[in-house]
Amino acid sequence: MTNILEVKDLNISFHTFAGEVKAIRGVNFELKKGETLAIVGESGSGKSVTTKAIMKLLPPNNSEIKKGQILFDGKDLTNLTDRQMQKIRGKDISMIFQDPMTSLNPTMTIGKQIMEPLIRHQNMSKAAATERSLQLLRLVGIPKPEQRIKQYPHQFSGGMRQRVVIAIALACNPKVLIADEPTTALDVTIQAQILELMKDLQNKIETSIIFITHDLGVVANVADRVAVMYGGKIIEIGTVDEVFYNPQHPYTWGLISSMPSLDARDEELYAIPGTPPNLLHPPKGDAFAPRNEYAMQIDLEEEPPMFKVSDTHYAATWLLHPDAPKVEPPAAVVKRMQKFSGTK
Amino acid sequence: MQKKEKLLEIRNLKQYFNIGKPNEVKAIDGISFDIYKGETLGLVGESGCGKSTTGRTIIRLYDATEGDVFFKGESVHGKKSRSELKKFNRSIQMIFQDPYASLNPRMKVSDIIAEGIDIHNLARNGKERMEQVYSLLETVGLNREHANRYPHEFSGGQRQRIGIARALAVQPEFIIADEPISALDVSIQAQVVNLMKKLQHEKGLTYLFIAHDLSMVKYISDRIGVMYFGKLVELAPAEELYSNPLHPYTQSLLSAIPLPDPEFERTRRRKTYDPSSHQYADHEEVIMREVKPGHFVHCSEQELKKYQAQYKS
Repeated sequence: MTNILEVKDLNISFHTFAGEVKAIRGVNFELKKGETLAIVGESGSGKSVTTKAIMKLLPPNNSEIKKGQILFDGKDLTNLTDRQMQKIRGKDISMIFQDPMTSLNPTMTIGKQIMEPLIRHQNMSKAAATERSLQLLRLVGIPKPEQRIKQYPHQFSGGMRQRVVIAIALACNPKVLIADEPTTALDVTIQAQILELMKDLQNKIETSIIFITHDLGVVANVADRVAVMYGGKIIEIGTVDEVFYNPQHPYTWGLISSMPSLDARDEELYAIPGTPPNLLHPPKGDAFAPRNEYAMQIDLEEEPPMFKVSDTHYAATWLLHPDAPKVEPPAAVVKRMQKFSGTK
Repeated sequence: MQKKEKLLEIRNLKQYFNIGKPNEVKAIDGISFDIYKGETLGLVGESGCGKSTTGRTIIRLYDATEGDVFFKGESVHGKKSRSELKKFNRSIQMIFQDPYASLNPRMKVSDIIAEGIDIHNLARNGKERMEQVYSLLETVGLNREHANRYPHEFSGGQRQRIGIARALAVQPEFIIADEPISALDVSIQAQVVNLMKKLQHEKGLTYLFIAHDLSMVKYISDRIGVMYFGKLVELAPAEELYSNPLHPYTQSLLSAIPLPDPEFERTRRRKTYDPSSHQYADHEEVIMREVKPGHFVHCSEQELKKYQAQYKS
C-alpha cells in the first residue's frame, strides 16, 4: 500500500510567557491509503497538536515547527504558504472537530456551510452544490434533507450536528480525514452510529482516516493501526491486534489495565500513578520513567529509541533492549498476550 | 447480603420544566427507587434522559413537581425550617461533573473546602479549621501545601479531588456524584474511582453515581438503574444487569459500548431500540415490575410473563 501522508521527525514548540513548551518532540509516522490510524494518549500528549500541524491550523504567532517534514503526496506541507494550504485544506485533507456544538457557524444555514467547500474548491454552480449537499446529507443519514438544509445548527441535536460536520468534511471526497475525538461529546448509542457511518463511508470513498481519541474501546472498533503518544512522542505503534494483545511499552500496559473489563469485577482498578510530564521542562530520559514502576536507571538518563518488535510493531522502551532484564507485565496484560498467542 | 437499611426512598418523583407552556419538558416522569445504606447505585442513560435532573432533584436543587424523596424516612421536599434544611444539607453532598466550572476561581483551596465547615460551625477556631482542611486534603491524596493555592494551579484530576474533599468536609452520609470522571483522562479516571471506593470503605458512604460510561459504572456500582426519556426502565444488581439485560433499551445500550478488544469489536452486533416495538394496549398498565428478586423492569403484565419465561429457559 502506498503512503498518502508521512510525518518525519516533527518537532513543535509553543512560546509562552513561562518559556518554550516542547509539545511535539520528534514524531514519525506514515498513513497508508485507505487505512485508519488511531492516535491515543492523554490530554497534553500532543495528539491534537500533531494533527493541527498537518492542517496548518496552529496559531501562527506563538507556535513554531522547529524541525521535520509533513509529506502529503510528496509535497512538504510545512513549507506551504497560507494561500497554497487553503487549496488543500478542506479538499484533500479535511477535519472533524471534537465539539459539534462549536464547530458549526450558528449564523449560517447548514446548507450554506456544506456548499461552501464545494463552491470554493470544485467551482460548482449553486444549483449543483445544493444537489450535492442533499446527497451528502442523505449519505450521513439525516432524514428529510430538503427541509433540514435550510435550517440553522441550533435546530439540530448533538449527534445530528456531528453528522453535518462529517458531511462538510466529506464534501470534496478528501484523501485524508482527520477526526479529532469526533465522538467524545456524544452518547454511546449515537457514538456507535457515527462510528458505523465513518467506516461505511471509508469503504465507499477510500479515505484514509487519522482518528484521535482516548477511548480504547473506540480504537478497538475503528482502527487498523494504533499509535500511542506520551509526552510529545509516539512511544508505541503497531497494528490494532499487536497493540491490544501484545503491548510492549509500560505506558500502554498501564492504559490497558486501567480500563475496567466488563466480564471481571476486579478488586482495585490499576491507576497509573502521578501526572503527565510538564513539557516546559521535558524530562531527560524516557518521559514516562517517573510514573513507571518498571523504570531502570537508563530510563532516567537516556531516551529509548524505537525498538522493532515486528515489521509493523515498534515501541520505545529500554525493556526491549537485548540486555534488559525480563519483566512480568501486569496481570491484565498477560491475559491479553495469552489470548494473542492463542489466536495465532 | 445482610438486611439492608433504606437510606433514601424516591417515590413517584416528577420534575417538569416550563409547566403549562408549549415547550413543557417532562424531565423526570414518575420514577421510584430505593437506595440502601452503604451501597453505590449507578444511574445511566443517554444525555437528556433525566439522570442529572434526578440527582439535582434529590438534593433539592430543584423543587419536585410531584412525588417526594425520603431521606431516612424524612421528606426532603416537604416544608422545612432553616435549621432542618441545614441539617439535611449536611448529610447529602454533591460532586459535580466539570471540575473546571465547579470551583470558584477566586477562592483559595482551603476556603473552598472549608466553606461547609464554616457554615455548619464544625470547627471551634481557625487552627482547628485548618487542621480539618489539611486532613481532608491528605484523605483525597493531595498535600497540605495545596491549601493556599488557587484552583487554576491544579490539573483536572486534582481539581476533582478538591471537589471530593469539599463534599467530605461536612461528613455527609450520602454523596451524589454527577458524572465525576467524564471530564478526566483515562489514567486519571482510575485514580479518582479508586479514591471514591476507598473512601466508601473507610467512611461507610452511600453513593448515587451518575454516568454515561457504562464500563466504569459497572465497576463502581452495586446496583444500576437505566433511564430512558425521564423513566427508569430497568433496575438490577450490576452483574445481573450486564449478564441478563431484559428491557430492549438496556440491551441496545449495552450492545453499543465499544470494548477495548479488537477481536470482540469485529464481531459485535449492535441492537437498536424502537419504543414502538412494545405495542402496549391502552388499558395496559406499564409500571416497574419485579421479574426476579431485585431485578425490576418497566413493563406491562404481558411482558412480565415473557421476561419471566426467558429466565426459566
